[in-house]
Amino acid sequence: MSGETLIILALLIPTAGAVLIALTSWQENLREGTTLVTAAALFLVVMTILGRVLDGEQLMTGALQIVPGLELAFKIEPLGMIFACVASILWIVNSIYSIGYMRGNKEPRQTPFYVCFAIAIASTLGIAFSANLFTLFLFYEILTLSTYPLVTHKGDDKAKAGGRVYLLILLGTSMLLLLPAIIATAMIAGTLDFTPGGILAGKTDTVTLALLLALFMFGIGKAALMPFHRWLPAAMVAPTPVSALLHAVAVVKAGVFTVVKVVVYVFGVDNLASTGSADWLVWVAGFTVIAASVVALRQDNLKKRLAYSTVSQLGYVVLAVSILTPLAIVGAAMHIAAHAIAKITLFFAAGSIYTASRLTEISQLDGIGRRMPWTMTAFAIGGLSMIGVPPLAGFLGKWFMLIGAMNTGEWVAVVVIILSTLMNAGYYLPVIYRAFFKPPGKDVKDHVKGEAPTPVVAALTATAAGTVLMFLFPDIPLTLARLLAGV
Amino acid sequence: MIAANLPALQVVLPLLGATLCAFLRRGTWAWGIALVVSLAMPFVAAALLIQVLDGGVISYAMGGWKPPIGIEYRIDVVNAFLLLLVSLIGAVIMPYAKRSVEKEIAPEHQPWFYAIYLLCLCGLLGIVISGDAFNVFVFMEVSSLATYALIAMGRDRRALLAAYQYLIMGTIGATFYVIGVGLLYSMTGTLNLADMANRLEGIENSRAVLAALAFLTVGISLKLALFPLHVWLPNAYTYAPSMATAFLAATATKVAVYLLLRYFFTVFGASIIFTRLPVSEIFLILSLAAMFGASIVAVFQDNVKRMLAYSSVAQIGYITLGIAIANKTGLTGGIVHLFNHALIKGALFMAIGAVFYRIGSVKLDDLAGLGKRMPITMGAFVLAGLSIIGVPGTVGFVSKWYLALGAFEEGWWWLVFLLVASSLISVVYIGRIVEVAWFRPVSAAAKRAEEPPLSMLLPTLLLVAATVYFGFDTSLTAGIAERAAELLLAGIR
Repeated sequence: MSGETLIILALLIPTAGAVLIALTSWQENLREGTTLVTAAALFLVVMTILGRVLDGEQLMTGALQIVPGLELAFKIEPLGMIFACVASILWIVNSIYSIGYMRGNKEPRQTPFYVCFAIAIASTLGIAFSANLFTLFLFYEILTLSTYPLVTHKGDDKAKAGGRVYLLILLGTSMLLLLPAIIATAMIAGTLDFTPGGILAGKTDTVTLALLLALFMFGIGKAALMPFHRWLPAAMVAPTPVSALLHAVAVVKAGVFTVVKVVVYVFGVDNLASTGSADWLVWVAGFTVIAASVVALRQDNLKKRLAYSTVSQLGYVVLAVSILTPLAIVGAAMHIAAHAIAKITLFFAAGSIYTASRLTEISQLDGIGRRMPWTMTAFAIGGLSMIGVPPLAGFLGKWFMLIGAMNTGEWVAVVVIILSTLMNAGYYLPVIYRAFFKPPGKDVKDHVKGEAPTPVVAALTATAAGTVLMFLFPDIPLTLARLLAGV
Repeated sequence: MIAANLPALQVVLPLLGATLCAFLRRGTWAWGIALVVSLAMPFVAAALLIQVLDGGVISYAMGGWKPPIGIEYRIDVVNAFLLLLVSLIGAVIMPYAKRSVEKEIAPEHQPWFYAIYLLCLCGLLGIVISGDAFNVFVFMEVSSLATYALIAMGRDRRALLAAYQYLIMGTIGATFYVIGVGLLYSMTGTLNLADMANRLEGIENSRAVLAALAFLTVGISLKLALFPLHVWLPNAYTYAPSMATAFLAATATKVAVYLLLRYFFTVFGASIIFTRLPVSEIFLILSLAAMFGASIVAVFQDNVKRMLAYSSVAQIGYITLGIAIANKTGLTGGIVHLFNHALIKGALFMAIGAVFYRIGSVKLDDLAGLGKRMPITMGAFVLAGLSIIGVPGTVGFVSKWYLALGAFEEGWWWLVFLLVASSLISVVYIGRIVEVAWFRPVSAAAKRAEEPPLSMLLPTLLLVAATVYFGFDTSLTAGIAERAAELLLAGIR
């Protein structure tokens, strides 16, 4: 198959899946089967593409011109490949989990749920494979719109309010800041195509460059750089599989992916390093990492704590990018993948607890580890990976970031990474301690009968295993990350 | 024979159709005639557009009287584009009209309704096609009088007041227009627009010509509902019958914008308008006031038709913003938004007309839970709403892209931010409807609602599909708009 066919297939399969899911809504098992088959088919296609990319092939599609200067076009580069792999693998696991969760909690309106989910995945792949800023922006907005019904799935007043914040912050930042940044880039650079080395290099002065970078960094609201992070906690009203989609598979990943892509392919790492236009970014990202960790420490609601942990972890990626050395870029790319698999494990575990017992607060979880050993072991693995303990995936990204920061003498970044690692430990270890080493409390005794439904447990076990495996066999993501950074 | 007389057919057919309808007693037959005429119009317009794109300007001497003495129909890319737009909207709306009109208009009035609609169509097409200043005035009155009557046929008694209000305002506008034309005639001795443009050379600075320009601008701005001359519009759109609202919102203001473009660029020439007079600044301020003011007012409306009407005032601001930017890219943005907004607003008003058909109300509260009862209609509404917001992949984005680039070329980077900020307000009012339709329990009015009949649903979906299709394939819309902008700016002296 030609590269063009493969790319189009990767976009079409989830789209067609969405239609088929809607058509099979009259029979639950058939509908869920459609989701799984679609996810598996997508996985196969993405793996085929991965094989070709690792062989050194250039995969791209022709361009459809919308108006002069605006083209719809796709092209595969290493970072997009990592993102597509993460999304397509996790979609399978997430679908299995969703089936257990949605049925276990007897959620209403399951068909629109699966349909929107498939559309969100399609737009994620569109983002991953985009060849220029316009294509990326198009799918970025579709992703926001297709996840809005998922966030507001419950349909009550709280969901409505959460949905408002979600939509207004994401659409607002993308329209008010990102779109003008794209327009300015088009005018200054004369193109929007992602090009190694950047398209803005040598085109404009340092101040304009710094302003543009600010527009991009804050405009990419999905990367949740403070102060535009509020949508993430607000979106916690969604069912857990949606939180997993937001935090691990698609939405925030699309944010930091765009950040890395813009810095590498629009600004150019060397360009930013030599002009010094990105010096301020270390501080903003560092502040986000620390401040979000402080907030996370104070949360008793498990999902809220996880949400602020995400804000902090996304800050890492931006921080790594702002160090502007190849090694740190490798770290950023690795961290995107590592955080995805660890964070999805954590959310799966939180959802598993909720499904089995309706418990949502950390203070209620005393001794739950003995009643739900699979869930809490997985949670422990995910939490330790967040802290960056080897042999878990989270170690890899932090390692490369730290080396990169030390090499350039970026001591602010070094301090931030070390300090926040301590804080990560500060808000994950107590949960693990409570679960395993405290005697079962009243809530656990009353509510926890045993593990959650099998699909839920199977999914979280798989992702916990993945967290270990990624540390042991990091070759594929590492190769791609090195290709991206050019080292 | 027919090919040579196409320009005449464009206005004569609706006129004949209107006369025939007036003699009929049955609504269905009158609808049949209106349908045939409306469906024929796009073919005539498309044939004209193809001729113009191939061979340049068509000049047609009405009745064989040679211009500049006789009335000339003069068609270039700009008005061929507008002719196609107006006729297409008419053709899409007619199949929709039957059920909607049966529901909203008393049976004995239905033939009249169609007769008046065809007169309105005739007037609008006439304004666009004619190259004679006074003939334009005649068609303006034909379309305006027809519009007053169409609005007055709304079921709500407040429709009468709305029609009366528009009658007063519209008459002032028409009077201003004719005073302007009179002044120009006294200075140039001609009514032919092209001839007038030539003879104005050398006397552009005379007081009479400047006074004419002022009268014309204010008169036409009243018709196109430029802020703050828009006050007639919300009532008119709210209380007119659904089909009339959809048709007028998509066409009437657009035709007025065309007329303004014609006078500004062809007759007076951009040098006097934009370099010697502060027209650009005035339009910039008024456009921005419309974009923000009307959008904010729209957020607080409880009647969806009124909300959309205020949104129209705001969107007209985008179109006039293109005139204010006045470079090729910006003007292209304004002209393409003319087309795009016609599609979007047509689709939105048709969707809400379908809602009215089923639940008999367009109050926001009565729409509660409608997302579950009429998912296709409401889905179409939201999709068209995304176009208003300007989400990429819709026509709204294409317009905004051109306008923003045009602003950037002028060095007005702050305008880029204002542009995107104002479109963010539309997220709020479209979002309000989404929240009511999907997050509230089903209202009493919506209890037994179901999807509208196919004859209403399909035309609505067709327009919604067009708002997405032309968001990707812009060769017809932006491509022609760019040629039109080039042509208008080339006339600069």
